[in-house]
Amino acid sequence: MTSKQIERRFEIFKTVVAVLLALGLALVVISFVSESPAEAIVAFMTGPFQRASRISNIIEVMTPLMFTGVAICILYQANQFSMIGEGAFLIGANLCTWFAVTHENWAGLPLMLTVMVIAIVAGVTVSIVPAVLKVKFRANEVVSSIMMNYVILKISDYLFYYHFRDVASGQQASFPIPAQIKLPKLIPGLRLHAGIIIGLVLAVLAYFFIYRTKWGYEIRMVGANQNFAKYSGISVLSVALSTQLIGGGIAGLGGAVEILGRYDRFIWFGTQPGFGFDGVLVGVLAKNNPLLVPVAAFLLAYMRTGADVMNRVSDVPIEFVDVVQGLIILFVAAEMFLAKYKHKLIVNNAKKQLEAKEAAK
Amino acid sequence: MPEEILLMDKITKVYPNGFVANKDVTFSINKGEIHALMGENGAGKSTLMKILFGIEPFEEGRIVLKGKEVRFNGPLDAIANGVGMVHQHFMLVPSLTVAENVVLGMEPKKGGMFDFEEAVRLTEEACNKYNLKVDARAKVEDLPVGFKQKVEIVKALVRGAEILILDEPTAVLTPQETAELFVELKHLKEQGHTIVFISHKLHEIKELCDRITILRLGKSVGKANIADVTEADISRMMVGRDVVLKVEKTPAKPQETVLKVRDLRIVADTGKPIVNDISFSVRKGEILGMAGVEGNGQSQISEAITGLLSYQQGSISVNGVDLKGKKIREIRELGVSHVSEDRNTYGAALVSSVKDNILSDRYYKKEYNKGLLFDDKKINEMTDDLIKEFLIKCDDRDDQVKMLSGGNVQKVVVAREFSNKPALVIANQPTRGIDVGATEFIRKRLVELRDEGTAVLLISADLNEVLELSDSLIVMNEGKIAAYLPDASVITDMILGEYMLGVKTQTPEEIARVAYD
Repeated sequence: MTSKQIERRFEIFKTVVAVLLALGLALVVISFVSESPAEAIVAFMTGPFQRASRISNIIEVMTPLMFTGVAICILYQANQFSMIGEGAFLIGANLCTWFAVTHENWAGLPLMLTVMVIAIVAGVTVSIVPAVLKVKFRANEVVSSIMMNYVILKISDYLFYYHFRDVASGQQASFPIPAQIKLPKLIPGLRLHAGIIIGLVLAVLAYFFIYRTKWGYEIRMVGANQNFAKYSGISVLSVALSTQLIGGGIAGLGGAVEILGRYDRFIWFGTQPGFGFDGVLVGVLAKNNPLLVPVAAFLLAYMRTGADVMNRVSDVPIEFVDVVQGLIILFVAAEMFLAKYKHKLIVNNAKKQLEAKEAAK
Repeated sequence: MPEEILLMDKITKVYPNGFVANKDVTFSINKGEIHALMGENGAGKSTLMKILFGIEPFEEGRIVLKGKEVRFNGPLDAIANGVGMVHQHFMLVPSLTVAENVVLGMEPKKGGMFDFEEAVRLTEEACNKYNLKVDARAKVEDLPVGFKQKVEIVKALVRGAEILILDEPTAVLTPQETAELFVELKHLKEQGHTIVFISHKLHEIKELCDRITILRLGKSVGKANIADVTEADISRMMVGRDVVLKVEKTPAKPQETVLKVRDLRIVADTGKPIVNDISFSVRKGEILGMAGVEGNGQSQISEAITGLLSYQQGSISVNGVDLKGKKIREIRELGVSHVSEDRNTYGAALVSSVKDNILSDRYYKKEYNKGLLFDDKKINEMTDDLIKEFLIKCDDRDDQVKMLSGGNVQKVVVAREFSNKPALVIANQPTRGIDVGATEFIRKRLVELRDEGTAVLLISADLNEVLELSDSLIVMNEGKIAAYLPDASVITDMILGEYMLGVKTQTPEEIARVAYD
């Protein structure tokens, strides 16, 4: 076995251990805070799979995370740590709703496609700000994109309150989204919608884009070593710019898919819905590989559904799931986690190989 | 009976990538000797010294210092125990004075404030005691390389170093500076200091050292009194065979001018001109060597030609095309290849695969793309061919480049830069820090390229390399061409050294000949 193989296997092993360890710690926490820990744990672990509707719920929850997760993968491959996914997702959903509710006499498919394109364009547009600030003025995109998210939130609030809020409805919500553009339900009786298919296709396309095209190659090289990319003749700035726009566009599309798949009315105002930040979690868990995004998104959605079930049947609050998430990220992101063990594996392996070589002489 | 001051017993070190850098290495030195540590690059010398200095942990073995078993947890630990090290790359603060650098971390205080005069006094005292002549009040950035090295030595001595490790101290020095260093080192020895001297240069070791330990492939393969062995013996032990670092080459047949540099001026951010109105040409089918101590404008010239650095004045053209305002890719498309002096920063993406590294200058070309996607079959074939042709030692094309040895990383760089039918190759320190085998290989390829009609600009601080490979030579000193030597084969390293140090300079008329106008 080569050290490379050890390294690869170890990465998988590390992630699995991190998840198990975090879950294990979660169980410890549950047993402290709950009066009936056994029940809570069972609800958390097996609850999500007990009913078809809950499985459907897992998939519904994971769908938007796949969009923002794929966006993060592409961004992080090029070392562009833009958080614009959050704002792009929101503005995508917002403008898509606004257009839909004001053009409800359009036929289904043309309207659906139009609002999706609008969402993508909206996502790209808001990403221009941090991207250009970075390229032109070397402004750190982490900071400028997070600030931009607040600007977007306020714009979104304004549009919602003044342009498409349904004052006649009893709640703070937009006019109803026209029925003809709702994403089709996949299984009768369940809320599971076609968004998951779009998400899966997107993950596969993104994989090919990153690993099998010249544009993806540029992105990877800029991420691997910016100086090397420049020296080789790749325009680092235009890659930085275009990557951030692509990321924003994908997150924007995610916003439209979420609205058209799960909601009757647009109801996000006042605070950021958080899909973009969850996308970072998914991207880190997936190690920036789009093909692993569905797995990572599923894991997160499973835990959330579990926490939801547990919240309803036991005395453990739903916020508890944030603790588990935090632990997982901590272990996965910690480079040196289990490093000693890995080093021992490699040392032993190297020694064995040396001996084998000597023996062969 | 000489007294053993240090014993490193059966040291084994495995790097995180699985590379066994040292395997049961035993290294012993006596008090008051100059001990040479030799071996090819990658033989494990630097690793062994890093272990001794507490920078790298080790897996097995023990270190016995003056009869006591020790294990250093870091350089501070090593220094406290009387072990000092002068690194190949100086660890100095350029903007501070010599005295401030010397006392860094142990500053003398007066009334809670830094006492500069006391620092100067301490430094001068040490300089006098050890006969090292450095101006304590000078700023380090204004000092030539040879003096920076002296500052490093003083720094170690002031901290009480009894054992002084010098990692390839002569690599950056001219022959004259080297001679001076040797006098100083011998003086230190007389005062009872012990010196570990790492070098590749056999004649230096014969001249300076008392005993020698030789490493090969991470193992100690020999130990001897210098007086008892010949240079040929040492070289055989080092590489396991007789190496002749002579590249066979016929006289050059230079043709028309390919690279034309005229009145080039490059000014640093500080406003100081680094390259000062120089003109030269490189012709098809010749290797023009650019000798000089590093930092005399050579890197800036190579970066200006390849488009990495902008210049204030003058013109650069390749085959008649002016490069002003051209993008790096456009310059590469003109057939300009660039072997950067810093392969880890520019030459390669260490975390990427061998394949991705080779692909970087051609990935966008039609022949490697099929529709929207890469033509993987063609790319893989091309990569495998180059791996074979350039003898790159790796498991397969998907290996991360950082898993390869320095010599093989450089072969990856060279495989890319030499395989695109270049009209002009800018080779900046092409064999620095790599093993003899790879060095030999790369030098041969450079000569082959020349014979195929490529113009080669060879920039190197390694005098042997410049003399060996170049057809004609220019020598750089302080951003200017100090000499043009049309026939490299009649030049000795002493002559080169004089021009490099600025002791001698040719007349402008003599230098102007290299423009071939």
